[in-house]
Amino acid sequence: MEATLRQTWAFLFRGWHITRRYIGWVVVFNFYALVTSATVALIGVAEKNYQLTLTLVVGALLWNYLSWLYQEIAMSIAYERWEGTLEYTFMAPVSRAVHLLGVSLYSLLNSIVTSVIVLVGLMLFTDLNLRGANLLGVLVVLAVSTVAFVGLGLFAAVFPVMSAERGAEATHIFQGSLLLVSGVYYPIEVLPAWLQPLSKISPATYTLSACRKLFGVGNSASTAEHLAGAPLSAVSHELLVLALMGAILLPLGLVVFVRIEAWAKKTGKLKRTG
Amino acid sequence: MQQPAIQVRNLRKNFQRRSGFRKKSELWAVDNVSFSVAQGETYGLLGPNGSGKSSLIRILSTLLIADSGYVEMLGFTLPEQADEVRRIIGRVSVDAAFYKKLSARENLLYTALLYGQNAREAEGRVMQILKQLGMENAKFSTPLEEMSRGMQQKISIARALMINPPLLLLDEPTTGLDPKSRRDVQSFLEDLQAREGTTILLTTHDMAEAERLCARIGFLAHGKLVAEGTATQLMQQAGAATLDDAFIRLTGEELAEKEMAMVEN
Repeated sequence: MEATLRQTWAFLFRGWHITRRYIGWVVVFNFYALVTSATVALIGVAEKNYQLTLTLVVGALLWNYLSWLYQEIAMSIAYERWEGTLEYTFMAPVSRAVHLLGVSLYSLLNSIVTSVIVLVGLMLFTDLNLRGANLLGVLVVLAVSTVAFVGLGLFAAVFPVMSAERGAEATHIFQGSLLLVSGVYYPIEVLPAWLQPLSKISPATYTLSACRKLFGVGNSASTAEHLAGAPLSAVSHELLVLALMGAILLPLGLVVFVRIEAWAKKTGKLKRTG
Repeated sequence: MQQPAIQVRNLRKNFQRRSGFRKKSELWAVDNVSFSVAQGETYGLLGPNGSGKSSLIRILSTLLIADSGYVEMLGFTLPEQADEVRRIIGRVSVDAAFYKKLSARENLLYTALLYGQNAREAEGRVMQILKQLGMENAKFSTPLEEMSRGMQQKISIARALMINPPLLLLDEPTTGLDPKSRRDVQSFLEDLQAREGTTILLTTHDMAEAERLCARIGFLAHGKLVAEGTATQLMQQAGAATLDDAFIRLTGEELAEKEMAMVEN
């Protein structure tokens, strides 16, 4: 048990020091996340429509959280290929579950920090007033959806294992597709009819739908001064779907990762660099 | 009779390469290779680039799964007992493979934690190893990318040894090092082998290094082990005055020319 804790800590230790050494890039990425979120939210401000502003703010905030979480996990293998350390990590006596748990924990911490930065930044750009929002409910939804997104990240992390050249690109295509179909900034009904079924299998769709209700978006009783956030019971359907998705995606993602790792070891795809 | 530390029998590994639309070519990276390494022995695998040395080391490091054959390392078989094998091997590859922005200390502490070790105890062991490698005055807070290749490789050796492995897999550990660093590493390995009785499998294309460090040597060419024995036996077998000549006669390949051709390509 002690050894497992140390191994989990190893990935947090490594993540922290890499972040520290690449602090310039970390600042740039967070600045970019803040600016793109503010740019979107200001569309609502320009329209003088508080409901629209809040819809966009919630979309930007949640997308930052979920996409960072997904991206950091999905790209963890690609980062190791770039650093040239992939073989050393894979030949260490650490179970893949512990390895990916450590990576996911650090990604989660990163995502929380970025989301807080974006939230504080958005407060400077908009008259964001969260009084009346069911923030505790939002945290519950985020906690449940985190599991599903970690599972998705594990699925996507196999792409860089499969291909040193094209794997990282594939993770971004997958991420872009999630952004397109999940109703981050617009209702999914505006998507072409043939694309709409895809939104049903994206955990982000349910996370956004639930969180918007909990913030009071779309509730006629919500005003700029006081939001009318829904109780947690109002999003039980979304919570159930997210919990089910998490229960399926997380173990399945791990199984798929382990299978692809074995395939990569048979075909010699686990090269040092990419 | 003591069980060998490494037993490899009839090992084969084939890579398929796509060489056009629907066209595939096959390359036998390891072709029916058999050898064994006694406990505490230093065994050298000599061959040019592309001869299968690294593929063999990668199979023994659990990073590549062979198509067929038998591999046993200190009683554990591969690929079935890969988890157990990972606990008993240390590996140094031709490239240092570190997080280059991180310092030596950060890289080594990360490895210690990854192996479930107490970081403070591991750090003490590393300092001892680096002292023996002539690096006691190194700045461990300096990012690895600012260190010379020789220093990086010494830290790579320290990383492999900090877990105190009974088996050490060294894949061209001195390639690209300056003569002083090369001598430091070779002396350290001799000392380690004598002091700890560590079993070492060393791949190299440096004949002098193989002659100095290895009790027995295997010649690899095109994935096949074409000859095996002590340096003296190999020279006698080939009727050659030097190990270099013995290699050319027994494998039909010129090591240096092959290296040059690989570099040019």
